[in-house]
Amino acid sequence: MAEEVILLDTWVSPFGMRARIALAEKGIKHEHREEDLGNKSDLLLKMNPIHKTIPVLIHNGKPVCESNNIVQYLDEVWPDKSPLLPSDPYLRGQARFWADFVDRKVFDAGRKVWATKGEEQKSLMEEFIGHLKTLEAELDGKLYFGGEKMGYVDVTMVPIYSWFHAYEVSGNFSFESHCPKLVAWAERCMQHDSVSKALPSPEKVYQYVLQLRKRLGIE
Amino acid sequence: MAEVVLLDFWGSPFGMRARIALAEKGVKYEYKEEHLLTGKKTPLLLETNPVHKKIPVLIHNGKPISESLVIVQYIEDAWSDTAPLLPADPYGRSQARFWADFVDKKIYDQGKKIWANKAGEVQEAGKKELIESLKLLEGELGEKPFFGGETIGYVDVALVPFYTWFYSFETIGNFSIQAECPKLIEWVKRCLERESVSKSLVDPEKVYVDLILVLKKMYGYE
Repeated sequence: MAEEVILLDTWVSPFGMRARIALAEKGIKHEHREEDLGNKSDLLLKMNPIHKTIPVLIHNGKPVCESNNIVQYLDEVWPDKSPLLPSDPYLRGQARFWADFVDRKVFDAGRKVWATKGEEQKSLMEEFIGHLKTLEAELDGKLYFGGEKMGYVDVTMVPIYSWFHAYEVSGNFSFESHCPKLVAWAERCMQHDSVSKALPSPEKVYQYVLQLRKRLGIE
Repeated sequence: MAEVVLLDFWGSPFGMRARIALAEKGVKYEYKEEHLLTGKKTPLLLETNPVHKKIPVLIHNGKPISESLVIVQYIEDAWSDTAPLLPADPYGRSQARFWADFVDKKIYDQGKKIWANKAGEVQEAGKKELIESLKLLEGELGEKPFFGGETIGYVDVALVPFYTWFYSFETIGNFSIQAECPKLIEWVKRCLERESVSKSLVDPEKVYVDLILVLKKMYGYE
Protein backbone atom coordinates (compact mmCIF):
# COMPACT_ATOMS: atom_id res chain seq x y z
CA MET A 1 0.00 0.00 0.00
CA ALA A 2 1.29 3.47 -0.78
CA GLU A 3 2.09 5.49 2.32
CA GLU A 4 0.41 8.87 2.52
CA VAL A 5 2.27 11.28 4.78
CA ILE A 6 1.18 14.90 5.22
CA LEU A 7 2.77 17.46 7.53
CA LEU A 8 0.71 20.47 8.63
CA ASP A 9 3.26 23.11 9.54
CA THR A 10 4.28 26.77 9.52
CA TRP A 11 7.63 27.88 8.15
CA VAL A 12 8.84 29.71 11.26
CA SER A 13 7.91 27.12 13.89
CA PRO A 14 10.86 25.40 15.59
CA PHE A 15 8.41 22.61 16.49
CA GLY A 16 7.53 22.12 12.84
CA MET A 17 11.23 22.12 11.96
CA ARG A 18 11.76 19.10 14.22
CA ALA A 19 9.28 17.08 12.15
CA ARG A 20 10.80 18.35 8.90
CA ILE A 21 14.30 17.28 9.96
CA ALA A 22 13.17 13.81 11.06
CA LEU A 23 11.23 13.26 7.80
CA ALA A 24 14.27 14.34 5.77
CA GLU A 25 16.74 12.27 7.82
CA LYS A 26 14.62 9.21 7.14
CA GLY A 27 14.01 10.04 3.49
CA ILE A 28 10.23 9.87 3.94
CA LYS A 29 8.23 11.19 0.99
CA HIS A 30 5.57 13.52 2.28
CA GLU A 31 3.38 16.47 1.42
CA HIS A 32 4.15 19.66 3.31
CA ARG A 33 1.19 21.98 3.91
CA GLU A 34 1.69 25.50 5.20
CA GLU A 35 -0.96 26.60 7.71
CA ASP A 36 -2.03 30.18 8.33
CA LEU A 37 -2.42 30.18 12.12
CA GLY A 38 -4.64 33.26 11.92
CA ASN A 39 -7.02 31.24 9.76
CA LYS A 40 -6.63 27.56 10.64
CA SER A 41 -7.71 25.00 8.07
CA ASP A 42 -10.61 22.64 8.71
CA LEU A 43 -8.13 19.80 8.37
CA LEU A 44 -5.93 21.14 11.17
CA LEU A 45 -8.92 21.66 13.48
CA LYS A 46 -10.17 18.16 12.70
CA MET A 47 -6.78 16.48 13.11
CA ASN A 48 -5.76 18.35 16.27
CA PRO A 49 -9.00 19.34 18.01
CA ILE A 50 -7.38 19.36 21.46
CA HIS A 51 -4.54 21.82 20.93
CA LYS A 52 -5.29 23.17 17.42
CA THR A 53 -1.56 23.65 16.84
CA ILE A 54 1.02 22.60 14.31
CA PRO A 55 2.90 20.46 13.56
CA VAL A 56 0.50 17.62 12.87
CA LEU A 57 1.66 14.54 11.01
CA ILE A 58 -1.10 12.73 9.15
CA HIS A 59 -0.06 9.18 8.26
CA ASN A 60 -2.55 7.32 6.10
CA GLY A 61 -5.29 9.59 7.45
CA LYS A 62 -4.39 9.22 11.13
CA PRO A 63 -3.02 12.23 13.03
CA VAL A 64 0.00 12.38 15.32
CA CYS A 65 0.34 15.64 17.29
CA GLU A 66 3.06 17.28 19.42
CA SER A 67 6.47 17.63 17.76
CA ASN A 68 8.54 15.33 20.00
CA ASN A 69 5.77 12.75 19.76
CA ILE A 70 5.88 13.01 15.94
CA VAL A 71 9.66 12.53 15.91
CA GLN A 72 9.39 9.43 18.14
CA TYR A 73 6.57 8.06 15.97
CA LEU A 74 8.64 8.52 12.78
CA ASP A 75 11.57 6.80 14.50
CA GLU A 76 9.38 3.80 15.38
CA VAL A 77 7.66 3.43 12.02
CA TRP A 78 10.84 4.01 9.98
CA PRO A 79 13.51 2.62 12.30
CA ASP A 80 16.06 1.52 9.73
CA LYS A 81 17.20 4.81 8.27
CA SER A 82 18.86 7.31 10.62
CA PRO A 83 17.66 5.85 13.93
CA LEU A 84 17.23 8.80 16.28
CA LEU A 85 16.72 7.14 19.68
CA PRO A 86 19.35 4.72 20.99
CA SER A 87 18.34 1.12 21.64
CA ASP A 88 19.82 0.95 25.14
CA PRO A 89 17.08 1.78 27.75
CA TYR A 90 19.34 4.00 29.87
CA LEU A 91 20.58 6.03 26.91
CA ARG A 92 16.97 6.31 25.66
CA GLY A 93 16.02 7.63 29.10
CA GLN A 94 18.82 10.19 28.95
CA ALA A 95 17.78 11.29 25.44
CA ARG A 96 14.15 11.70 26.57
CA PHE A 97 15.27 13.64 29.65
CA TRP A 98 17.25 16.12 27.56
CA ALA A 99 14.52 16.48 24.92
CA ASP A 100 12.14 17.30 27.77
CA PHE A 101 14.69 19.86 29.08
CA VAL A 102 14.87 21.46 25.62
CA ASP A 103 11.07 21.76 25.59
CA ARG A 104 10.30 22.85 29.13
CA LYS A 105 13.33 25.03 29.78
CA VAL A 106 15.10 26.16 26.60
CA PHE A 107 12.17 26.66 24.23
CA ASP A 108 9.89 27.93 26.97
CA ALA A 109 12.34 30.60 28.16
CA GLY A 110 13.16 31.46 24.56
CA ARG A 111 9.52 31.97 23.71
CA LYS A 112 8.80 34.19 26.71
CA VAL A 113 11.63 36.56 25.71
CA TRP A 114 9.57 37.80 22.75
CA ALA A 115 6.56 38.74 24.84
CA THR A 116 8.53 41.03 27.16
CA LYS A 117 10.83 44.03 27.16
CA GLY A 118 13.22 45.94 29.36
CA GLU A 119 14.37 44.39 32.65
CA GLU A 120 11.94 41.49 32.43
CA GLN A 121 13.24 40.57 28.99
CA LYS A 122 16.84 40.91 30.11
CA SER A 123 16.22 38.54 33.00
CA LEU A 124 14.49 36.00 30.72
CA MET A 125 17.39 36.22 28.26
CA GLU A 126 19.78 35.40 31.09
CA GLU A 127 17.65 32.43 32.03
CA PHE A 128 17.62 31.32 28.39
CA ILE A 129 21.39 31.55 28.13
CA GLY A 130 21.73 29.67 31.43
CA HIS A 131 19.76 26.77 29.96
CA LEU A 132 21.91 26.82 26.81
CA LYS A 133 25.01 26.55 28.98
CA THR A 134 23.51 23.54 30.78
CA LEU A 135 22.96 21.89 27.41
CA GLU A 136 26.46 22.79 26.29
CA ALA A 137 27.83 21.01 29.36
CA GLU A 138 25.79 17.92 28.49
CA LEU A 139 27.28 17.92 24.98
CA ASP A 140 30.65 17.53 26.72
CA GLY A 141 32.98 17.15 23.76
CA LYS A 142 30.66 14.87 21.73
CA LEU A 143 30.07 15.75 18.09
CA TYR A 144 26.31 15.53 18.61
CA PHE A 145 24.00 14.90 21.54
CA GLY A 146 23.37 11.58 19.81
CA GLY A 147 27.10 10.76 19.87
CA GLU A 148 28.79 10.21 16.51
CA LYS A 149 25.58 10.98 14.63
CA MET A 150 22.64 13.31 15.12
CA GLY A 151 19.95 11.87 17.33
CA TYR A 152 16.68 12.72 19.04
CA VAL A 153 18.04 15.57 21.17
CA ASP A 154 19.87 17.15 18.22
CA VAL A 155 16.62 17.14 16.19
CA THR A 156 14.68 18.58 19.12
CA MET A 157 17.16 21.37 19.80
CA VAL A 158 18.72 22.54 16.54
CA PRO A 159 15.63 24.37 15.17
CA ILE A 160 16.09 27.17 17.71
CA TYR A 161 19.41 27.95 15.97
CA SER A 162 17.39 29.63 13.20
CA TRP A 163 16.16 32.08 15.84
CA PHE A 164 19.63 32.87 17.26
CA HIS A 165 20.22 35.84 14.97
CA ALA A 166 16.89 37.38 16.10
CA TYR A 167 17.88 36.95 19.77
CA GLU A 168 21.33 38.40 19.17
CA VAL A 169 20.10 41.51 17.37
CA SER A 170 17.29 42.13 19.89
CA GLY A 171 19.43 41.50 22.92
CA ASN A 172 22.60 43.02 21.51
CA PHE A 173 24.88 40.12 22.41
CA SER A 174 26.42 37.09 20.77
CA PHE A 175 25.76 33.45 21.60
CA GLU A 176 29.31 32.68 20.47
CA SER A 177 30.65 34.55 23.48
CA HIS A 178 28.43 32.64 25.94
CA CYS A 179 28.26 29.12 24.52
CA PRO A 180 30.73 28.71 21.66
CA LYS A 181 30.63 24.90 21.76
CA LEU A 182 26.86 24.90 21.33
CA VAL A 183 27.14 27.27 18.39
CA ALA A 184 29.80 24.98 16.87
CA TRP A 185 27.46 22.02 17.38
CA ALA A 186 24.61 23.86 15.63
CA GLU A 187 26.85 24.71 12.68
CA ARG A 188 27.89 21.06 12.51
CA CYS A 189 24.22 20.06 12.30
CA MET A 190 23.65 22.66 9.58
CA GLN A 191 26.13 20.73 7.40
CA HIS A 192 23.37 18.15 7.04
CA ASP A 193 20.88 18.83 4.23
CA SER A 194 18.07 17.56 6.44
CA VAL A 195 18.76 20.45 8.83
CA SER A 196 19.84 23.25 6.47
CA LYS A 197 16.77 22.70 4.27
CA ALA A 198 14.40 22.55 7.25
CA LEU A 199 15.54 25.77 8.92
CA PRO A 200 14.43 29.12 7.48
CA SER A 201 16.88 31.97 6.94
CA PRO A 202 17.79 33.76 10.19
CA GLU A 203 17.05 37.13 8.57
CA LYS A 204 13.54 36.01 7.62
CA VAL A 205 12.99 34.84 11.23
CA TYR A 206 14.20 38.20 12.55
CA GLN A 207 11.72 40.06 10.31
CA TYR A 208 8.99 37.76 11.56
CA VAL A 209 9.91 38.52 15.19
CA LEU A 210 9.77 42.29 14.54
CA GLN A 211 6.24 41.88 13.13
CA LEU A 212 5.26 39.64 16.04
CA ARG A 213 6.38 42.15 18.66
CA LYS A 214 4.50 44.91 16.80
CA ARG A 215 1.36 42.73 16.83
CA LEU A 216 1.80 42.04 20.53
CA GLY A 217 2.04 45.79 21.07
CA ILE A 218 5.52 45.52 22.58
CA GLU A 219 7.22 47.65 19.96
CA MET B 1 23.09 0.87 47.40
CA ALA B 2 20.19 -1.39 46.42
CA GLU B 3 19.91 -2.28 42.72
CA VAL B 4 16.84 -0.05 42.31
CA VAL B 5 16.29 3.06 44.42
CA LEU B 6 13.45 5.58 44.16
CA LEU B 7 13.94 9.07 45.61
CA ASP B 8 10.41 10.29 46.22
CA PHE B 9 8.07 12.37 48.35
CA TRP B 10 5.00 10.67 49.80
CA GLY B 11 2.44 13.17 48.48
CA SER B 12 3.84 13.68 44.98
CA PRO B 13 1.59 12.50 42.12
CA PHE B 14 4.75 12.38 40.00
CA GLY B 15 6.42 10.03 42.47
CA MET B 16 3.29 7.90 42.57
CA ARG B 17 3.59 7.34 38.81
CA ALA B 18 6.99 5.72 39.32
CA ARG B 19 5.69 3.66 42.26
CA ILE B 20 2.81 2.26 40.20
CA ALA B 21 5.04 1.39 37.23
CA LEU B 22 7.59 -0.40 39.43
CA ALA B 23 4.80 -2.33 41.17
CA GLU B 24 3.19 -3.29 37.85
CA LYS B 25 6.52 -4.76 36.74
CA GLY B 26 7.07 -6.48 40.09
CA VAL B 27 10.38 -4.67 40.61
CA LYS B 28 11.79 -4.70 44.15
CA TYR B 29 13.19 -1.34 45.09
CA GLU B 30 14.33 0.77 47.99
CA TYR B 31 12.10 3.78 48.64
CA LYS B 32 13.93 6.83 49.99
CA GLU B 33 11.85 9.72 51.27
CA GLU B 34 12.94 13.27 50.51
CA HIS B 35 11.51 15.47 53.26
CA LEU B 36 10.60 18.31 50.93
CA LEU B 37 8.51 20.16 53.51
CA THR B 38 11.65 20.81 55.55
CA GLY B 39 13.05 22.76 52.59
CA LYS B 40 16.18 20.63 52.68
CA LYS B 41 17.24 18.40 49.78
CA THR B 42 19.59 15.48 50.41
CA PRO B 43 23.05 15.36 48.83
CA LEU B 44 21.90 12.22 46.98
CA LEU B 45 19.04 14.11 45.30
CA LEU B 46 21.26 17.05 44.36
CA GLU B 47 23.87 14.66 42.98
CA THR B 48 21.45 12.46 41.00
CA ASN B 49 19.28 15.28 39.61
CA PRO B 50 21.54 18.33 39.45
CA VAL B 51 19.55 19.87 36.58
CA HIS B 52 16.10 20.05 38.21
CA LYS B 53 16.83 18.99 41.83
CA LYS B 54 13.38 17.36 41.97
CA ILE B 55 11.87 14.00 42.83
CA PRO B 56 11.15 11.43 41.63
CA VAL B 57 14.57 10.11 40.67
CA LEU B 58 15.01 6.44 39.85
CA ILE B 59 18.51 5.08 40.42
CA HIS B 60 19.11 1.76 38.66
CA ASN B 61 22.46 0.12 39.35
CA GLY B 62 23.77 3.52 40.38
CA LYS B 63 22.58 5.32 37.24
CA PRO B 64 19.91 8.02 37.72
CA ILE B 65 16.86 8.81 35.59
CA SER B 66 14.71 11.89 36.28
CA GLU B 67 11.31 13.26 35.19
CA SER B 68 8.38 11.02 36.06
CA LEU B 69 7.20 10.15 32.55
CA VAL B 70 10.80 9.57 31.42
CA ILE B 71 11.14 7.24 34.44
CA VAL B 72 7.94 5.35 33.57
CA GLN B 73 9.12 4.89 29.96
CA TYR B 74 12.51 3.73 31.25
CA ILE B 75 10.84 1.18 33.54
CA GLU B 76 8.84 0.02 30.52
CA ASP B 77 12.02 -0.39 28.44
CA ALA B 78 14.21 -1.91 31.15
CA TRP B 79 11.62 -4.48 32.31
CA SER B 80 10.08 -5.07 28.93
CA ASP B 81 9.15 -8.73 29.37
CA THR B 82 6.32 -8.15 31.84
CA ALA B 83 3.11 -6.07 32.15
CA PRO B 84 3.62 -3.77 29.13
CA LEU B 85 2.31 -0.26 29.78
CA LEU B 86 2.49 0.87 26.16
CA PRO B 87 0.91 -0.86 23.16
CA ALA B 88 3.19 -2.54 20.62
CA ASP B 89 1.98 -0.58 17.58
CA PRO B 90 3.59 2.81 16.92
CA TYR B 91 0.28 4.62 16.40
CA GLY B 92 -1.15 3.36 19.69
CA ARG B 93 2.09 4.40 21.41
CA SER B 94 1.91 7.90 19.93
CA GLN B 95 -1.68 8.24 21.19
CA ALA B 96 -0.63 7.14 24.68
CA ARG B 97 2.27 9.61 24.69
CA PHE B 98 -0.04 12.39 23.45
CA TRP B 99 -2.54 11.90 26.30
CA ALA B 100 0.13 11.52 28.99
CA ASP B 101 1.64 14.77 27.70
CA PHE B 102 -1.86 16.33 27.88
CA VAL B 103 -2.11 15.29 31.55
CA ASP B 104 1.32 16.83 32.16
CA LYS B 105 0.46 20.10 30.42
CA LYS B 106 -2.86 20.64 32.15
CA ILE B 107 -3.75 18.90 35.40
CA TYR B 108 -1.10 20.08 37.89
CA ASP B 109 -1.19 23.74 36.85
CA GLN B 110 -4.98 23.88 36.66
CA GLY B 111 -5.24 22.20 40.06
CA LYS B 112 -2.77 24.68 41.50
CA LYS B 113 -4.98 27.59 40.43
CA ILE B 114 -7.59 26.06 42.72
CA TRP B 115 -5.61 25.11 45.83
CA ALA B 116 -3.11 27.98 45.87
CA ASN B 117 -5.72 30.73 45.65
CA LYS B 118 -8.61 32.11 47.63
CA ALA B 119 -12.08 32.05 46.10
CA GLY B 120 -12.05 34.42 43.15
CA GLU B 121 -11.31 34.76 39.45
CA VAL B 122 -8.15 32.66 39.32
CA GLN B 123 -9.66 29.83 41.33
CA GLU B 124 -12.82 29.86 39.22
CA ALA B 125 -10.74 29.72 36.05
CA GLY B 126 -8.82 26.76 37.49
CA LYS B 127 -12.03 24.90 38.27
CA LYS B 128 -13.44 25.49 34.80
CA GLU B 129 -10.21 24.49 33.06
CA LEU B 130 -9.68 21.40 35.22
CA ILE B 131 -13.19 20.11 34.58
CA GLU B 132 -12.75 20.76 30.85
CA SER B 133 -9.49 18.77 30.84
CA LEU B 134 -10.98 15.92 32.87
CA LYS B 135 -13.99 15.77 30.52
CA LEU B 136 -11.66 15.54 27.51
CA LEU B 137 -9.87 12.69 29.25
CA GLU B 138 -13.23 11.06 29.99
CA GLY B 139 -14.00 11.32 26.28
CA GLU B 140 -10.71 9.65 25.41
CA LEU B 141 -11.44 6.84 27.90
CA GLY B 142 -14.81 6.23 26.25
CA GLU B 143 -16.22 2.81 27.05
CA LYS B 144 -12.82 1.23 27.75
CA PRO B 145 -12.20 0.00 31.31
CA PHE B 146 -8.79 1.72 31.26
CA PHE B 147 -6.98 4.17 29.00
CA GLY B 148 -4.68 1.24 28.24
CA GLY B 149 -7.63 -0.90 27.18
CA GLU B 150 -8.32 -4.05 29.16
CA THR B 151 -5.52 -3.35 31.67
CA ILE B 152 -3.85 -0.22 32.96
CA GLY B 153 -1.35 1.49 30.72
CA TYR B 154 0.83 4.53 30.39
CA VAL B 155 -1.97 7.11 30.49
CA ASP B 156 -3.64 5.45 33.48
CA VAL B 157 -0.30 5.59 35.33
CA ALA B 158 0.19 9.24 34.33
CA LEU B 159 -3.25 10.37 35.48
CA VAL B 160 -4.51 8.30 38.41
CA PRO B 161 -2.10 9.74 41.03
CA PHE B 162 -3.77 13.15 40.65
CA TYR B 163 -6.90 11.56 42.15
CA THR B 164 -5.18 11.85 45.53
CA TRP B 165 -5.27 15.65 45.13
CA PHE B 166 -8.95 15.81 43.99
CA TYR B 167 -10.27 15.97 47.55
CA SER B 168 -8.06 19.02 48.18
CA PHE B 169 -9.23 20.72 44.97
CA GLU B 170 -12.87 19.99 45.82
CA THR B 171 -12.65 21.10 49.43
CA ILE B 172 -10.78 24.31 48.72
CA GLY B 173 -12.67 25.05 45.50
CA ASN B 174 -16.04 24.01 46.88
CA PHE B 175 -17.11 21.83 43.95
CA SER B 176 -17.44 18.16 43.11
CA ILE B 177 -15.37 16.44 40.45
CA GLN B 178 -17.51 13.31 40.86
CA ALA B 179 -20.62 15.29 39.87
CA GLU B 180 -18.96 16.65 36.74
CA CYS B 181 -16.99 13.57 35.69
CA PRO B 182 -18.65 10.46 37.11
CA LYS B 183 -17.13 8.12 34.52
CA LEU B 184 -13.66 9.27 35.43
CA ILE B 185 -14.29 8.54 39.10
CA GLU B 186 -15.55 5.07 38.15
CA TRP B 187 -12.29 4.60 36.25
CA VAL B 188 -10.34 5.67 39.36
CA LYS B 189 -12.17 3.04 41.40
CA ARG B 190 -11.30 0.38 38.82
CA CYS B 191 -7.64 1.43 39.01
CA LEU B 192 -7.70 1.25 42.80
CA GLU B 193 -8.75 -2.40 42.57
CA ARG B 194 -5.22 -3.09 41.33
CA GLU B 195 -2.71 -3.50 44.13
CA SER B 196 -0.03 -1.62 42.17
CA VAL B 197 -2.27 1.45 42.35
CA SER B 198 -3.86 1.05 45.79
CA LYS B 199 -0.45 0.55 47.42
CA SER B 200 1.14 3.49 45.55
CA LEU B 201 -1.55 6.11 46.12
CA VAL B 202 -1.81 7.91 49.43
CA ASP B 203 -4.93 8.87 51.36
CA PRO B 204 -6.52 12.00 49.81
CA GLU B 205 -7.45 13.42 53.21
CA LYS B 206 -3.84 13.08 54.36
CA VAL B 207 -2.77 14.99 51.22
CA TYR B 208 -5.21 17.78 52.18
CA VAL B 209 -4.22 18.06 55.85
CA ASP B 210 -0.51 17.20 55.78
CA LEU B 211 0.49 18.57 52.42
CA ILE B 212 -1.83 21.09 50.75
CA LEU B 213 -2.78 23.02 53.89
CA VAL B 214 0.88 22.97 54.94
CA LEU B 215 1.99 24.29 51.54
CA LYS B 216 -0.67 26.99 51.67
CA LYS B 217 0.71 28.18 55.00
CA MET B 218 4.35 27.86 53.92
CA TYR B 219 3.89 29.94 50.78
CA GLY B 220 1.28 32.29 52.15
CA TYR B 221 -1.41 31.09 49.74
CA GLU B 222 -4.25 31.94 52.04
